[in-house]
Amino acid sequence: MTDHEMLIPSVGVITDIRKDTPDVKTFRILTPDGKKPFEHMPGQCAMLSIPGVGEAMFSITSSPTNREFMEFSIKKCGCLTSWLHALEVGQQITIRGPYGNPFPVNTEFKGKDMLFIAGGIGLAPLRSVINYIRDNRADYGKVDVVYGSRSKDDLVDIREIQEEWMNEPDFNVHLTIDRAQEGWDGHVGFVPSYVEELGFDTNKTAVLCGPPIMIKFTLASLIKLGFSKEQVYTTLELRMKCGIGKCGRCNVGDKYVCKDGPVFRFDQLDELPNEY
Amino acid sequence: MFKVKLTQLNALLDALAASYPVFAPIVEAGEANYGEYKAGAEVNLFKQTVKSAKDAFFPQSQDLMKFRTEGKKIDIIDLRRDIAPFVIFGVRACDVKSFEILDRVFLSEPVDTFYKARREKGVIVSLACAKPEESCFCTNFGIDATAPKGDVTTYTEGEYLYWIPNTDKGEQLTEAAANVLESADKADEKAVEEQKKRVGEVLRRLPNGDLDLSEFKPEKLNELFNDPDWDELSQSCLGCGSCTFVCPTCQCYDIRDFKTNDGVKRFRCWDSCMYTDFTKMAAVNSRNFQLQRFRQRFMHKLVYYPSNNDGICMCVGCGRCVKKCPISMNIVKVIKKVGGKKHD
Repeated sequence: MTDHEMLIPSVGVITDIRKDTPDVKTFRILTPDGKKPFEHMPGQCAMLSIPGVGEAMFSITSSPTNREFMEFSIKKCGCLTSWLHALEVGQQITIRGPYGNPFPVNTEFKGKDMLFIAGGIGLAPLRSVINYIRDNRADYGKVDVVYGSRSKDDLVDIREIQEEWMNEPDFNVHLTIDRAQEGWDGHVGFVPSYVEELGFDTNKTAVLCGPPIMIKFTLASLIKLGFSKEQVYTTLELRMKCGIGKCGRCNVGDKYVCKDGPVFRFDQLDELPNEY
Repeated sequence: MFKVKLTQLNALLDALAASYPVFAPIVEAGEANYGEYKAGAEVNLFKQTVKSAKDAFFPQSQDLMKFRTEGKKIDIIDLRRDIAPFVIFGVRACDVKSFEILDRVFLSEPVDTFYKARREKGVIVSLACAKPEESCFCTNFGIDATAPKGDVTTYTEGEYLYWIPNTDKGEQLTEAAANVLESADKADEKAVEEQKKRVGEVLRRLPNGDLDLSEFKPEKLNELFNDPDWDELSQSCLGCGSCTFVCPTCQCYDIRDFKTNDGVKRFRCWDSCMYTDFTKMAAVNSRNFQLQRFRQRFMHKLVYYPSNNDGICMCVGCGRCVKKCPISMNIVKVIKKVGGKKHD
């Protein structure tokens, strides 16, 4: 990032909107001349804004290996996201980034068997790293994905999961929904207990993403299975305004989630005050 | 060293204002605050300004950019303009030190270009304290109020304002005021030295001049965070944010959009971690209680910032918060209470 870009965004065009679930849409963003807005690594984020409404941080859902465009899966839950959900293809918004530290895909993750565990919209940041691994398959071991949602209609990006991930060699995808539902013959139950039921080998590196309550119980399940906190990664999400560690909002202990995160290992989180 | 009669203060400022915009402590409704000097303004060098001098480099409200929208299209208009060199006059040692603290935030990578542009163009005329107040506690932070830095250091003693340029920028400023400044002699230098000695004695006897900060170590971060005394200390905090707004080192900010007749303006403004919506997101708030917000402010100043900045505290002991807090809670009480016991 150059000095010039500090806090000043670029224009992005929404070129495609996919309705994934009743409250999640995936937006494809390009520059006005049809290019990818900027390069990033899995786990990094970008600030999106609608002038006059506001700006907020979103994790980049698409993999950096996608040379053509950038995607954001966004759940409608507040002011800006409601406005985003009301936009149409062709609408311009603003975008700046990338921000934060990515998942250690070129270091700690390399050569490892990976276990991804996501709940609901928590799949958004994981999709980036999962697809990055698919595109650099030889560099990583076996991949397991446990993905759960409230209902079958709330599973984000189910088409890609079923048609692509499930057909990938050495890829195991385990889907679950909270309550039984007509037309669903898969697993029913919460993610933490499903993880325990599946019982993974502790040589894996795990990445957890989802609502705080799911993270809390799933971490406990992993510990029960024999995982150590040094093997489990997650991402934090706090209010942000600047994205560069200065506005003070996402400060936890001596860290800024926008700059020092959003990716943290659980043993690193243990050193921070529990205020996230 | 140069000098000018205090009765000629306005003449000095007029001379500077002929070449530079000048920000000085101007009295309005009985209170002094930094404002742009205009001929004839009432400048008071003896009152502490209510707000600090940080406004000069980190304005309370600052336009960042503008958006014009037409149909589905957006135009982004950069509002950054070249800033002319300006003078900030009468800055006490505590506020001079606060600039170093702010620099470590705004000038660290990625550099805040809005801050940097103003910082580079600011010429600082500091002012030694002739009469420290009871609320002052700058001595705890390695600050010598009798010898402030800056491009020019000034002293008020007897009938005179003494003027000592320290840098090239300061020399240039001296030239701009050459018609008003006269050369000082040995007797003047002695007068300044005597003031330093006299005020130094007062500083050594400040009621809160010798606080024990040794407990606030980064490695005790979690123990300090979990100190049970935060509860009692924060009980009466109104969350008004006065302390953050008068503080020379509080630097948290908000970015907001404002609809105008000519597009949308995006600006940033000072914000306060003491406010309920500071960390509020659509679904949750990571600091729901005043205890958490209160603790955040002091932990940031005494532990988090020092942890990232070679042990330097984010406080300069100016005492503004001590004077302004409507319930008389302040960082001195926090340092005494939380820092007054061991955290193992």
